[in-house]
Amino acid sequence: MELYEMTAYEAATALQKKEVTSLDLTESVLKRISEVEDIIKGFITVFDNEKVLLQAQNIDKLLAEGKEMSPLAGIPMALKDNMCTRGVPTTCASKILKEYRPPYDAHVAEKLQEAGTILVGKANMDEFAMGSSTENSSFYHTRNPWDISRVPGGSSGGSASLVAADEIFFSLGSDTGGSVRQPASLCGVVGLKPTYGLISRYGLIAFASSLDQIGPLTKDVRDCALVLDIIAGNDPRDSTSVPREKEKYAGYLGREVRGFKIGLPREYFEEGIEEPVRKVVMEAMAHCGQLGVEVEEVSMPNTLYALPCYYLVATAEASSNLARYDGIQYGFRAPEEDNLIALYRKTRNQGFGPEVKRRIMLGTYALSSGYYDAYYLKALKVRTLIRQDFERVFQDYDLIVTPTSPTTAFVRGEKINNPLTMYLSDIFTITANLAGVPAISIPCGLAGGLPVGLQVIGRPFDEGRMLQFCFTLEKLLGFKGLKPSIPAKGVLRDAS
Amino acid sequence: MPPEYEVVIGLETHVELLTESKIFCSCPNRFGEAPNTNVCPVCLGLPGSLPVFNKNALELALRAALALNCTISSYSKFDRKNYFYPDLPKAYQISQYDKPLARDGYLDLVKDGRLVRTVRIERLHLEEDAGKLLHSSEEARSYVDYNRCGVPLVEIVTAPDLRSPEEAHLFLELLRKVLLYTGVSDCKMEEGSLRCDANISLRLAGSDTLGRKVEIKNMNSFKAVQRGLEYEVNRQEEILKAGGQVAMETRRWNEERGITVEMRGKEEEHDYRYFPEPDLPPIVLNEDFIGEIRSKLPELPVQRCFRLIEEYGLSPYQAEIITSSKNLADYFEETLEHYPQPQKVTNWLIGDVLGLLNSMGKEINQVTFTPVHLSGLLKLLDTGTLSGRLAKEVLEESFLTGKHPEEVVQEKGLAQISDEQKLLPVIDDVLKENSNAVSDYARGNKKTIGFLVGQVMQRTRGQANPQLVTELLKKQLDRVEYG
Ligand SMILES: [Zn+2]
Repeated sequence: MELYEMTAYEAATALQKKEVTSLDLTESVLKRISEVEDIIKGFITVFDNEKVLLQAQNIDKLLAEGKEMSPLAGIPMALKDNMCTRGVPTTCASKILKEYRPPYDAHVAEKLQEAGTILVGKANMDEFAMGSSTENSSFYHTRNPWDISRVPGGSSGGSASLVAADEIFFSLGSDTGGSVRQPASLCGVVGLKPTYGLISRYGLIAFASSLDQIGPLTKDVRDCALVLDIIAGNDPRDSTSVPREKEKYAGYLGREVRGFKIGLPREYFEEGIEEPVRKVVMEAMAHCGQLGVEVEEVSMPNTLYALPCYYLVATAEASSNLARYDGIQYGFRAPEEDNLIALYRKTRNQGFGPEVKRRIMLGTYALSSGYYDAYYLKALKVRTLIRQDFERVFQDYDLIVTPTSPTTAFVRGEKINNPLTMYLSDIFTITANLAGVPAISIPCGLAGGLPVGLQVIGRPFDEGRMLQFCFTLEKLLGFKGLKPSIPAKGVLRDAS
Repeated sequence: MPPEYEVVIGLETHVELLTESKIFCSCPNRFGEAPNTNVCPVCLGLPGSLPVFNKNALELALRAALALNCTISSYSKFDRKNYFYPDLPKAYQISQYDKPLARDGYLDLVKDGRLVRTVRIERLHLEEDAGKLLHSSEEARSYVDYNRCGVPLVEIVTAPDLRSPEEAHLFLELLRKVLLYTGVSDCKMEEGSLRCDANISLRLAGSDTLGRKVEIKNMNSFKAVQRGLEYEVNRQEEILKAGGQVAMETRRWNEERGITVEMRGKEEEHDYRYFPEPDLPPIVLNEDFIGEIRSKLPELPVQRCFRLIEEYGLSPYQAEIITSSKNLADYFEETLEHYPQPQKVTNWLIGDVLGLLNSMGKEINQVTFTPVHLSGLLKLLDTGTLSGRLAKEVLEESFLTGKHPEEVVQEKGLAQISDEQKLLPVIDDVLKENSNAVSDYARGNKKTIGFLVGQVMQRTRGQANPQLVTELLKKQLDRVEYG
């Protein structure tokens, strides 16, 4: 077995036992990248190998000196390219930020650096995290390691495919409407969107501020808990970060789940879902009986309105968040223009891709005077109703389980020209963002040879028990150990 | 008979708060730094940066709101005001829209101890300042200085209650005084820490419907506000008298040309697409907190002015000068603690002390001449140690050196000479040397005594007690006359 095939926890354990070094792990990952990255294209930037290896050696030295470090010290990882890294390109996969190098590190980048993890590169994504297939990247498409003709999902498609292809031990993504969980589902990895406010957004380039949340993409549930232990916690630089005592999530793993009550919301199993997906999820839930976990059908009637609500709130905030890309202070500027309005127009017209423009226009419209009440304000009211749906179910149930996405990975090009069908890909994930509750996707089986994700939603700040349940269920599902086989480089010259 | 018009004015003032740091980041809140040196990712609006609300700005805004008799909202929130301009790096300004920090206040316009008018304050809200554009005409380029981005502001909006440009001017003067008293702002119009836009319309006298209003911007001094509005009153009056209609528009005051110029019409107005700022939690205030701020407010200028009239018998004119700054009024009352004679203290303060301060370009709190110094000086006058003339000399010396008046008197030997034994030889000398004057006096020209007193004063370098000298001279001369 190659080192890169290990989970982050396995690698870290071997490191602590001094069976391997961080240098070994990093070299292994870089070798894997050199083998498959041409096919997967999950990175936007891979850092200079020499520098990355030097970093690993440095960690090895610190560990040899007996320095107390986090359990994941020395483990190579990647960040989605919308998280600021000082002096290093942070592009949001957009032409408008192609050359942009932030002067500061995002909170999560700082935390992972303090923890001694090795940042290998920045992952591809849909431009400004808008999309569900990573086809909206201004640079190139990322492929799904399970079937390279298919999309990895999005918007954190790069982050997910890199983990699935063993190019990295773990990565971070951001999730505004499912952008961590849906690609995790389509790529057969674990992806968590924590409670809104658990992880600082400082340095995360905003898409929709009231919905955005950073989350880990990992090879299994234990890794997810370990990464969360590093990045969760209050940060005074983000006023929406919630001050609360820091938990140890890894401590929940292996605890008894007997007595948990789970609700299966009817609305998530009826419309729009592919039958094989539904079947795999239901089969997975059949294990609950032997775990002593009670499963009942529940109803969340406002789910129906989640999609329109989401596309009003998210686009409204995005139209404002993305207004700063005007070619004045940083980023792309359209060639010399002496008229200010023309400069703005050309810069934004040339700098943004079609999906970003579409959403900016939608959001601008929703906020315009005369339309505000009918669209934005109404969406806020619906958002409250959706939140109340969750509160009601959580009075009686510990967790809610749904499919993560209505389909498995779809073929590249299939939905890109029909935004509405593409938006439906997030239909089961957006509610958690609207309600601010935590949700995780774990792979629960294959349908037609492609991974299916199972989504577990919990009460606010109940990530510990969600992980506890997923950790137990994961062992029974038998997905663990399944790996995609990625064709050799030469095979696909024509499929780019 | 030609129609009579009534002027209706409402003001929108922007006031920079005197906080240590900016409103949403920790950059210092300072004026006059080199361009783009006082910035960070947050106030530059860099991707991924987030605002954190400075509680000190909240406290100052609340002080202003309470001093203006506003009702404080127990729940208010920030909103984004969206528009594109190069000095606005996020392309939105964090402001407050439908839930401002405070509403429904008022400010009494008082002049010469008389209430002229009560001006209602419609709202007071918090927001961040934008940067500045610097235009280079030689290069035909514009530069952006982001230093001012994120400086905390309150916007104070009055009802259309002002009835003349003079009233608008007076309102600004009084507002400035209140904000200075409460330590909310330094209110320097020339540095932009107090800025004022006005809405102005005319209507037929006696009518209670509002005319079509024009917004005037870019009036950068108290005088400009009055001049700009006076110009606008005349402009609108001419249009109306000619049977025309005033266009609803925004006009810009051009200081050099002394006119207002059209900036943009109503149809070009921005749709700011306000919506709640998702990066900041709402501001929720409880009564205890508001009460605590209220208890720390100082006595406000109008109240203090009335009290000084009442308590010390000052004239409205005197009281207005004394209360023109909190420091001066404090100084006045502290001096009274050492020397409880209000009129004497007032005369010296308004006269000589303010004169000296003006010539030095300083404020009362910037000099070492304390209330103890002033009361000491007045006591020296009372005991006759100093003549009025000498006292002025001692005051100046004390002002410059910070030395106590008694010390100055001793060091310079400036004490008044009231000792007969010391004065008589000088008087004898003067009489001997001015026999003509003496004989004039003997012939009945009593006025020559003035000349002789002057001679004595000159010989004693002004230190002789003039009353005593006159007395002694008379005695000597009469002796010459009859003896
Ligand atoms: Zn700053």
